[in-house]
Amino acid sequence: MDLSYGAEYEAFRAEVRDFISAHRDQAPKGEGMRSEKVLKWQKLLIEHGYAARTIPEAYGGFGAEPDVLTSRIIAEEFANAQVSPGLGGQGISMLVPTLLEVGSEEQRQAFIPPTIHGEMVWCQGYSEPGAGSDLASLRTAAVLDGDEWVVNGQKIWTSTAHLADWIFCLVRTEPDAPKHQGISFLLFRMDTPGIEIRPLVDMTGTANFNEVFFTDVRVPKQQIVGARGQGWQVANSILRHERASLGDPNIMLSRLNALIKLMQSETIDGRRVIDLPAYRDRLMRIQGRVMALGFNDMRLLSARINQKDASLAGMVVKLQGTELRHELEQLGIDAMGELGLAYGKNPYLRDHGNWQTHYMYYLGLIIGGGTSQIQKNIISERGLGLPREPKVAAKAAASA
Amino acid sequence: MDFGLSEEQTLFQDTLNSFLTDQVGLERVRRIAGGEESASAVWAELAELGVSALLVPEEHGGVGLKPLDAAIAAECLGYHATPSPFLGSAVMGPTALLLAGGQGERLERLAAGELRIGIALGEAIAARAEAGVSAADGKLNGKALYVLDYGADEYLVADSDRGLHLVAAGDLEHQPLSTVEKTRPTGELVLKDTPAIHLSADPDHFQAVLDAGRVMLAADTLGAAQNMLDQAVAYAQEREQFNRPIGSFQAVKHMCAEMAAHLEPCRAMVWYAGHALSEVPEEAHLTACHAKAHLAEVGTFIARTATEVHGGMGFTDLLGLHYWFKRIGFNRQALGAPELVREEAARAQQLAA
Ligand SMILES: Cc1cc2nc3c(=O)[nH]c(=O)nc-3n(C[C@H](O)[C@H](O)[C@H](O)COP(=O)(O)OP(=O)(O)OC[C@H]3O[C@@H](n4cnc5c(N)ncnc54)[C@H](O)[C@@H]3O)c2cc1C
Repeated sequence: MDLSYGAEYEAFRAEVRDFISAHRDQAPKGEGMRSEKVLKWQKLLIEHGYAARTIPEAYGGFGAEPDVLTSRIIAEEFANAQVSPGLGGQGISMLVPTLLEVGSEEQRQAFIPPTIHGEMVWCQGYSEPGAGSDLASLRTAAVLDGDEWVVNGQKIWTSTAHLADWIFCLVRTEPDAPKHQGISFLLFRMDTPGIEIRPLVDMTGTANFNEVFFTDVRVPKQQIVGARGQGWQVANSILRHERASLGDPNIMLSRLNALIKLMQSETIDGRRVIDLPAYRDRLMRIQGRVMALGFNDMRLLSARINQKDASLAGMVVKLQGTELRHELEQLGIDAMGELGLAYGKNPYLRDHGNWQTHYMYYLGLIIGGGTSQIQKNIISERGLGLPREPKVAAKAAASA
Repeated sequence: MDFGLSEEQTLFQDTLNSFLTDQVGLERVRRIAGGEESASAVWAELAELGVSALLVPEEHGGVGLKPLDAAIAAECLGYHATPSPFLGSAVMGPTALLLAGGQGERLERLAAGELRIGIALGEAIAARAEAGVSAADGKLNGKALYVLDYGADEYLVADSDRGLHLVAAGDLEHQPLSTVEKTRPTGELVLKDTPAIHLSADPDHFQAVLDAGRVMLAADTLGAAQNMLDQAVAYAQEREQFNRPIGSFQAVKHMCAEMAAHLEPCRAMVWYAGHALSEVPEEAHLTACHAKAHLAEVGTFIARTATEVHGGMGFTDLLGLHYWFKRIGFNRQALGAPELVREEAARAQQLAA
């Protein structure tokens, strides 16, 4: 057990801190993702290697060698200082790593620079009405017509489709192949004729995701990532990135501190909620679990550095992290009782009503990115080696 | 940076595990639990492997290792449901003697496995109506209940002010108390002007001994729960119903996945808590409390769920699953039940008065 990052890393940490204190007044605070402030900040971060750190310079990045510890230090320091760590989103977190892995040289040059600079915003078109957990059964079809794919079908739950410039989309191009081998990964503009976006209001009351309809949408032939029929493998390589980021215990830690503050300031009959043993015990229970996940995360970090196997420890993160976060938010609401119901415009709102928002939002994350049940299937089959589900012959398609 | 066990630690773990697999299998555990065989021989064998000497400095004939190494041993003992006086004689006893100082001769005997120290701290953690210990003029009075590692040569006793004392078994009245967990002898001490060696009046010493003990119990539960999970997974692969392995039924799969999902992060937590005892003193108390309480909860969940995966077989004595079930149940209550320990965690952060 050696928990020190070492002198050179501590020097790097000092650099990051200096940067943050020198520039923090330029950091955006809730401005829109297209605002000048956000875009300038992103550029500054990339120039200093605090965003797009390992993206090669040829694609507009900083071009550093991948190093888990420096990435971790950057994340820690920006989080501690509560300063924006730059842009995220599905383009940066999912598409860019995919293009680096399997994209063509032209695709990398065309898409990576504007994406990491926030000038090209993406949405992820995977799920369909008939294909959620069983994503590989998706039906949106793309047929090659001359130099263009012609796309027809429907996506659903497409987050930020209404804000995006482009979509990375799974489509069926080989209708006669087995279901996992008939899928391709296409990139196209969201203003292409034939795309209709219908917002879906979610339980928080906002419309952050959408239904997206495609009618004869024409996509240049070369905008396919990987080969025809390999879209499933292409998509799967990044689903893993998505999952790991959904249960981040470091974010949970700062949320736990917010919960402690809330319980120290809310009162019932003049007593602080934290002074009521039943509530306090729930808080401590959650703190113990947050701690366990935090140490698990250190173990994973160390396993990556030292190339040790900790695959089971990694597989449990999405399940445990999102479930725990949902429970944490629940305690925030319970600590406020009826006040915890306040939502929207209400003079008694605490923390801008974000306990209710997060409580619902994390239920969304329990479902999105592979539901908790699907995570359990993965843990039991791939982690513990239990037998796979027996296959059931496809219904209508098989008998028709 | 390396968050994990070193090569030497992994080797030690493997050695201990294979010794316990070969020499102290379930049949032997059964005989000891049934009183047909004494556990003393097991302790003598473990002492030969150095388990009794882990925390004793080399100058006193010990191995001079750290609490994390002891936690690794505790996990192995939990995994194999091994009856042994490890907690008192290899961890809490030596920790107390080292803090008190000037106890070289006792440390040597502990290291050799020749001296056994039982643990009577329960009254200073949460005194029940019938018990309590007071100290005056080098004598102890009162009663200590549910003494751990009963059957020892000497007992580490805490008075109501958290002072630590050592008494000789020959100088007091004592008797065994029957509990559900037959592999962990438990008893009662009756102190009537019992002469005692005063080890320390410093409540921080009491706390340090207790933190070390709690981390060991957490590690023991980690091992015991891992064993129950392993047995459940193996059984789910073998046992067939409706012409398929029960492990292909999702209800069973998900029970196993939930056990693994709860248990796996506990491993890192126990490592860190063990490490913190000696290397991160400012976090040691809080992480010890949380490790103890959290492992108690996860352990309890796994104890019942793994039993359930086995169906009726799990409920029988045939498989012996209940040895681990009871071990986890014992670890949960010993040295502070989860509610009490979480309250201490809150106090440690000034979140409770
Ligand atoms: C907030 C949010 C944002 C999202 N953003 C996007 C996005 O940007 N792009 C995108 O493509 N998709 C997105 N999704 C979709 C998301 O990936 C799917 O909702 C998810 O994969 C589940 O699919 P489903 O909704 O069709 O549910 P279903 O698959 O119909 O599942 C319904 C229930 O059945 C259970 N179930 C299904 N199959 C099994 C099985 N084999 N074993 C056990 N239980 C099973 C599920 O666990 C669940 O409880 C988002 C979802 C949410 C909630």
